[in-house]
Amino acid sequence: MKSRRMNLKSTLSALALAAPLALVAMGNDASAEKVLRVAPHADLKNLDPIWTTAYITRNHGYLVYDTLIALDEKLRPQPQMLEKWEVSDDGLKYTFTLRDGLRWHDGSPVVAEDAVASLNRWAKRDTMGQKLMDFTDSLVASSEKVFVLTLKEPYGLVLDSIGKISSNTPFMMKKEMAETDPFEQVPEVIGSGPFIFDKDAWVPGSKVVYRKNEAYVPRSEPASYAAGGKVVKVDTVEWLYIPDPATTMNALIAGEIDYWETVAPDLVPAMEGDPNIVIDVIDPLGTQGWLRPNHLNPPFDNPKARQALLHMVRQADYLRAIVGDEKLWRECGAYFMCDTPLDTAIGADPLMKQDFEMAKKLLAEAGYNGEKVVLMQPTDIPVLSGASLVTAQLLRQVGVNVEVQAMDWSTLTSRRAEKKPVSEGGWNIFHTYSTGADTSSPISNAGVSAGCEEQAWFGWPCDQMIEDLRDQFSREADPEKQKQIVKKLQTRLFEVVPYVNYGQWFQPAAYRKNLSGVLVSPVPFFWNIEVN
Amino acid sequence: MYAYIVRRILATIPVMGVVAVFVFLLLHLTPGDPATVIAGDYARPEDIVRIREQLGLNDPLYIQFGNWLWRLFQGDMGISIFSNLPVTHLIQQRLEPTIMMALTTIIIAIAIAVPLGVLAAWKQGTWVDRAVMVFAVLGFSVPIFVVAYAMIWGFSIKLKWLPVQGYTPIGEGLIPFLRNIIMPAVALGMVYVALIARITRASVMEVLNEDYIRTARAKGLASTTILIRHALKNAAVPIVTIIGIGIALLIGGVVVTESVFNIPGLGRLTVDAILRRDYPIIQGLILVFSGVYVLVNLLIDISYTFLDPRIRY
Repeated sequence: MKSRRMNLKSTLSALALAAPLALVAMGNDASAEKVLRVAPHADLKNLDPIWTTAYITRNHGYLVYDTLIALDEKLRPQPQMLEKWEVSDDGLKYTFTLRDGLRWHDGSPVVAEDAVASLNRWAKRDTMGQKLMDFTDSLVASSEKVFVLTLKEPYGLVLDSIGKISSNTPFMMKKEMAETDPFEQVPEVIGSGPFIFDKDAWVPGSKVVYRKNEAYVPRSEPASYAAGGKVVKVDTVEWLYIPDPATTMNALIAGEIDYWETVAPDLVPAMEGDPNIVIDVIDPLGTQGWLRPNHLNPPFDNPKARQALLHMVRQADYLRAIVGDEKLWRECGAYFMCDTPLDTAIGADPLMKQDFEMAKKLLAEAGYNGEKVVLMQPTDIPVLSGASLVTAQLLRQVGVNVEVQAMDWSTLTSRRAEKKPVSEGGWNIFHTYSTGADTSSPISNAGVSAGCEEQAWFGWPCDQMIEDLRDQFSREADPEKQKQIVKKLQTRLFEVVPYVNYGQWFQPAAYRKNLSGVLVSPVPFFWNIEVN
Repeated sequence: MYAYIVRRILATIPVMGVVAVFVFLLLHLTPGDPATVIAGDYARPEDIVRIREQLGLNDPLYIQFGNWLWRLFQGDMGISIFSNLPVTHLIQQRLEPTIMMALTTIIIAIAIAVPLGVLAAWKQGTWVDRAVMVFAVLGFSVPIFVVAYAMIWGFSIKLKWLPVQGYTPIGEGLIPFLRNIIMPAVALGMVYVALIARITRASVMEVLNEDYIRTARAKGLASTTILIRHALKNAAVPIVTIIGIGIALLIGGVVVTESVFNIPGLGRLTVDAILRRDYPIIQGLILVFSGVYVLVNLLIDISYTFLDPRIRY
């Protein structure tokens, strides 16, 4: 018995001695490899940023792929994989030259044919790409490093399109991958970007691991949005998807993660007192809320009824309900966002001054007589669910017989494609939002497209003048002239009301104080960040 | 006995068949379209049609069902619409965390609930009995997420004893595994403890009124011997039954627990797949869940023969 006790004692003593050693060993391991642990806004479900527009796949794309051109903080196109571009005097021929040192993750060099194949695939899926190809006569590689794009007629957005910062971003892929049908996912992730995707470590729904690409040669300029040097200062980036915001917050407080991409606004106060946490707005452009009426169904097939919505809405009501903290939102009448190059307040008065009497008058003039109005409420997206309830209340206040139909977002995305009348399962209103990176241009902002049932986005606005002005904008290369066109366009938009902008808000991110070099940008980038 | 087991296993095939048809129809008749999710918010209608074609979603329902069934017979549950990975691979990846959490929960629950139930029955009408019943009512009434957040606040944020979230496979060490699994298992086990404790109390109380218990007492047997060897053993059948039925409760609770503690298990895989209408994953998971349920019931039925020698199949 005694000897058994002695054995137990010695085992415990050995364990007591071994435990700190093991901890020290673990500590050494941790310090040997610099790991940036990120809680992303969503789970990475698929890996092809051309196949899907999901922002999480776009963010994945920025880690493993690279772009030819990238936008800087003034939204100006800058060379990224390119050494230079030259434009012919007539503006019809663009000659692009790749920079030195570009290699795919399998070690092979990046060549001009890869770029041509990648642009062709992207253009089959992206709206700006499709528009670019409408103007394109030919796109060919003339040597290993040079390719030439020849236009049929002048087009002002060639560089902006190739440098598009948000989905679908024209990421460069190896020719064999880029030849995949754009409606199928690429079979392998072979990029040339600053990180390499570790497929074996990928657990969908939980974890994604990116290793530093030691062969990547960053540009020498400082990082600025997607442009400049992508200098990687960690060995590994781990995305740990945590679906529950409260758990994410607790994990950040406990130091189990370093960076939380999208903080739920209601949890900001709970973290503000923690000296180890920085809460910051990383995306300076923000997000714009859209109340989308169906232009095919009464009463919103009548422009006066849609104008009534402008008078009915007060942005502050929405923003207080869905965001809360006044530091994180602003009222903004501009269709192309405030504080962007195309920001203008022209025509926005009806939106910025709530007037129920005017709203009721316009509804009456539109012939509205108490018919049921169907509002689709996506209950699984808190921001949109809240905005739907605010709209429902406002509609009731101006005398509209509103029926709120609760559903999940997947169901809503199917229902909104229905063009049928309300009595046959159609709809009148839904809400969504769009980030500044997508909304700040008349071409990439899908909500202002007024191409009728054939071409416009769900809700199907139809107005030739809007389409003509968008076309003029796309052909114009001079920023000042573009601004003049946008003023005319916005004036017309407030007459037609393709959607009602219910405000602009800024998504906060949170990270631990041991991080430095976090970049301000509409897309979260993970280069330049140091884990101290 | 062996013939019975074989008969029961064979009987699961039509059950699974009915489940398969029901699930398939239910999913495909529910509104929602994975093609619209894939295509993104700004997709053109023709892009959505093209994606639907690629995914085979434009085929008539009976052809889609036939294709799925044919692949299933070959052991292929299909490919996830979104991740492009085989469903069997995705389920395998998530199986261990869920199984380990369920097992730990059951072990903890039985270890706490059975002694509590026996104690309450033995001390019937006293403050001990009432305390156990108050605990049981609380276990039923307090939602899992409340218990979970309270434990995270206490043990992770304030005391810093346990990690907030995540899962460590048991293969990477017992201690790291236990550090991650203990809070989810306790949170999930609360309802289970309450359920088993109540049934144990009721069953043991019933047995304690039997003549043979009185005889045992009259013979002067020790209380613990009477309780464990005579009362508990004879009260075991309803307790084991409720443990089996509780597996269904467990499956439901797993979804919330896995979300709160960020455990990459089958519960979260199910919810994610439903929200995105990833049909192959949902179909595969429902088959796995129903298979587990049928198997657990079979095991319980077989266990009766060991617990009660009068039962013969």
